[in-house]
Amino acid sequence: MLLLILTVFVGAPLAAWVARFGRIQSAWAAGLVTIVAVLQLITLMPAVFEGETLIHQWDWMPRAGLNLSFRLDGLGLLFALLILGIGLLVILYARYYLAARDCMGRFYAYLLLFMGAMLGIVLSENIIQLLVFWELTSLTSFLLISYWQERADARQGARMALAVTGAGGLAMLGGFVLLGHIVGSYELSVILQSGDVIRAHPLYLPTLVLILLGAFTKSAQFPFHFWLPNAMSAPTPVSAYLHSATMVKAGVFLLARLFPALSGTPEWSALVGGAGLATLLVGAVFALFKHDLKGLLAYSTISHLGLITLLFGIGTPLAAVAGVFHIINHAIFKASLFMAAGIIDHETGSRDMRRINGLWKYMPHTAMLAMVAAAAMAGVPLLNGFLSKEMFFAEAVSASTHLRLGWLLPATVTVAGVFAVAYSFRFIHDVFFNGEPVDLPKSPHEPPRWMKVPVEMLVALCLLVGILPALTVEPLLTLASSGMLNQPVPDFDLALWHGFNIALAMSVVALVGGGLLYVARQPLFELHDRFEHRLQAKPLFDRTIGGVLGAAGAITRALDTGSLQRLVALFVAFAAVLGISGFVASDSPLTGPRDLLPVDGISLLAAGGLAAAALATVIMHRQRLVSLILIGVVGLVVSLVFVKFSAPDLALTQLSVEVVTIVLLLLALYFLPRRQQPDSHPGHRARDVVLSVVAGGGVAALAWAVLTRPYDTIADFFLANSVPGGGGTNVVNVILVDFRGYDTLGEITVLALAALGIFAMLEGLHLKGPTRDDEGRPWSPDMHPPVMASLTRLLLPLALLVSAFIFLRGHNQPGGGFIAGLVTAVALIMQYLANGVAWTQSRLPANMHPVLAMGLLVATLTGLASWLFGHPFLTSTYTYLYWPLVGKFEVASAMVFDLGVYLVVVGATLLILIHLGLMHSASHQAPADTGDYR
Amino acid sequence: MELLVALIIGVLTACGVYLVLRRRSFPVVLGLTMLSYGVNLFLFAMGRLTIGRPAVIQADAAGYADPLPQALVLTAIVISFAMTAFVIVLALKARSELDTDHVDGRGES
Repeated sequence: MLLLILTVFVGAPLAAWVARFGRIQSAWAAGLVTIVAVLQLITLMPAVFEGETLIHQWDWMPRAGLNLSFRLDGLGLLFALLILGIGLLVILYARYYLAARDCMGRFYAYLLLFMGAMLGIVLSENIIQLLVFWELTSLTSFLLISYWQERADARQGARMALAVTGAGGLAMLGGFVLLGHIVGSYELSVILQSGDVIRAHPLYLPTLVLILLGAFTKSAQFPFHFWLPNAMSAPTPVSAYLHSATMVKAGVFLLARLFPALSGTPEWSALVGGAGLATLLVGAVFALFKHDLKGLLAYSTISHLGLITLLFGIGTPLAAVAGVFHIINHAIFKASLFMAAGIIDHETGSRDMRRINGLWKYMPHTAMLAMVAAAAMAGVPLLNGFLSKEMFFAEAVSASTHLRLGWLLPATVTVAGVFAVAYSFRFIHDVFFNGEPVDLPKSPHEPPRWMKVPVEMLVALCLLVGILPALTVEPLLTLASSGMLNQPVPDFDLALWHGFNIALAMSVVALVGGGLLYVARQPLFELHDRFEHRLQAKPLFDRTIGGVLGAAGAITRALDTGSLQRLVALFVAFAAVLGISGFVASDSPLTGPRDLLPVDGISLLAAGGLAAAALATVIMHRQRLVSLILIGVVGLVVSLVFVKFSAPDLALTQLSVEVVTIVLLLLALYFLPRRQQPDSHPGHRARDVVLSVVAGGGVAALAWAVLTRPYDTIADFFLANSVPGGGGTNVVNVILVDFRGYDTLGEITVLALAALGIFAMLEGLHLKGPTRDDEGRPWSPDMHPPVMASLTRLLLPLALLVSAFIFLRGHNQPGGGFIAGLVTAVALIMQYLANGVAWTQSRLPANMHPVLAMGLLVATLTGLASWLFGHPFLTSTYTYLYWPLVGKFEVASAMVFDLGVYLVVVGATLLILIHLGLMHSASHQAPADTGDYR
Repeated sequence: MELLVALIIGVLTACGVYLVLRRRSFPVVLGLTMLSYGVNLFLFAMGRLTIGRPAVIQADAAGYADPLPQALVLTAIVISFAMTAFVIVLALKARSELDTDHVDGRGES
């Protein structure tokens, strides 16, 4: 079954690609793909006819209940046959319908995608998977309806269909999740067995309502019916396909699919039956008044979908059988009617029934076909529509005996029947008789031979099913109904003649009444014209959408004025509100029971110094150099905090990062304008003070609350396994390069990307730095004082030695790749600072990209190497070597990984700083003294 | 001691937030640096405070500090350096393209 669906999906791009070789080839390709799919389905059919339910399943995320699983039973088979069969006819028909300027490849690709999505719905066993295909039909039908992209009505109709069915799909997702929650599985075979559990569950009603929302929006049930007539701006083959056998049938398919699980409650009858009845009547009445040929068919489709829904809502097994039967019949006659309407549109250039009259003379063959199909729609005996309508009337009568005011049901149904006959009459009489054509753009004539073949085949089916139901449709119907009911089907009798009974009387009333109604249509038309503008749903929909968009825009504009300060302030304020309200709402105390550590004088002093330096940074942030020095002080004290609290690795890292950060900021400072005056509004500053105090207080309280509480840690695992598993005594480093090596690999990748991003931004950036300082004195031309230059040259080997030492001991003592990389970077940057870029570059490779790449490569290859030995990615190993003089020496593969980390850190840091420095020397060498900046 | 650390974290956050709310790019970068100090300390403090017990395995150690937050914070320090560098270069780029160091790229007001 997966193969079947894949065939269709793979066929879509194929059809688009083949279109390069010609329009006809594309149609052939689409047709062949469909035929292959049909053949695959046929090979599966015998098993289904023997009563098996085929389930093919592949596990994907079994714990979450998400599997790729397909199911083929009678119901799925019936729908798959309809989808593929009518799809094949539509492909043939569209080949003649589409004009030379329409892109064939695109059309067939969309059509096949849609067909694949529909097949996915009807063959899904997992309901979440079903929903994915369901949304795919919404998307692909959007593409199909808006196929004529240049037309505004096509775009609007497609958007409306997408909005309505997409919203319904969202509701349905909620329903499915609830259903999975109730049953404990997303597999249909489990769900269909658990009907009693579902119906007894307190969440039954919300589940039902959400799923029905999805089904009703898709099947255009009242009051969500309005998208369907607006989707008529699609090309007619699309309408014939979407609105007869597929898209709108997806909704009723879902009702049928979940019938055993959800039906049989008063809620089900009221909601499904009520919606079906309303839709049946509304659709039938409106259809009569449409002057547009496709509009009439659209409302008639709505009405027939209502009929099927009503039958499912009645809920008896026989009614369900009648519903399935009507699904088949409606698909057949409605597809042929849409195709006939398309032929008329194609050959006359108009769809307005006030202008196309008397076509019998011009296209008798087409007229004959359309008349038979319309008669089937009206429910004339000897045609398939009559049989299912008769069953429908009988079910309505038998259901009415259980209801209060029960007679209303058959009465309403008969009224709808009367209207159905009337609009079918209108379709026949107005189009093919009723005088002469009025002012048509084209002179009507018969279409090409093969364009009529699909219609002929469908009309022949109408007749065959209508006259010989037991021989043609009964086996399939029995199979599909048993698949739907999940139990043996009750006896039913598909025959033309059931004797004189109420259902027959209702049919006669409908036929006669419909004829009379059509004859007396003029006053009704006038009445309708007077009220039509009030009954349009499209303006309401447009207003709603406009309102939603307007409101969203207003909220966005109110929150986001394009000001970063405002956004940050709002963000901090909301975070504070959330944190404070969360704290107030909970009744746990702020202070926990953990024993506190004693305070000593030096710590107090350090903390005071840190707070003073931080506050001074804020106060003097306009004196940039001072604030930079002060923030350096803050960073140094932070590294002392790490020393105090047993984190030597962190202290080393913080210390070396501090140096690099300050150098970086100094370089950048040179290019940013000096500013002495405060330029924030005093009110703003007061607001910011309040916000920051609240934020700081909140974070401090949070930290206090955490610090005073005991906790469970997973650290014991790392502490216990660090030496035996990772071969190192420095647990922090072992975590970095071994236990969580994968995270580290990600982090050094981020570092490398940031460096490359900075490189890209600096490229082509030309900034002019000032040539004089604040007091107007020119900068000293002597950039590299000899004392400093000589000293740093002497220091370099020493610094590199230190970094090598830190790197090597990292696995067992504080140190490691990160810190060693930073120390190396600092040592090299000192050379740049003291000796100038030109001097240093002539001695050191300036291009840091290979270093970065090497680092990442080394780290990744170390990980991959463990695959060679059959271990998972990044498994590390270690051994002991005995060196002469040195003695026992440990070698761990994690050290190679650490080497990669080291290279990336060195490469990234130098890449950033060197390129910023290069900009510097470029601006220094600019000869023209442009005077004081600004 | 816990109170002291909580207060330090609070002061660093408050100063960082205030600086981030400024309208020129340099104080904003300073503020981000300050905030990352605060955040790193906060993350580190999630492993609770331990004095004199570094997470280096020794035969006679009485106990160890929690190594996990330390490993987390170590990479966080390096990444926040990369972020600071990225932001400051972004500020330079904005300065060169828009000829202002206002964070919203507005002209002098």
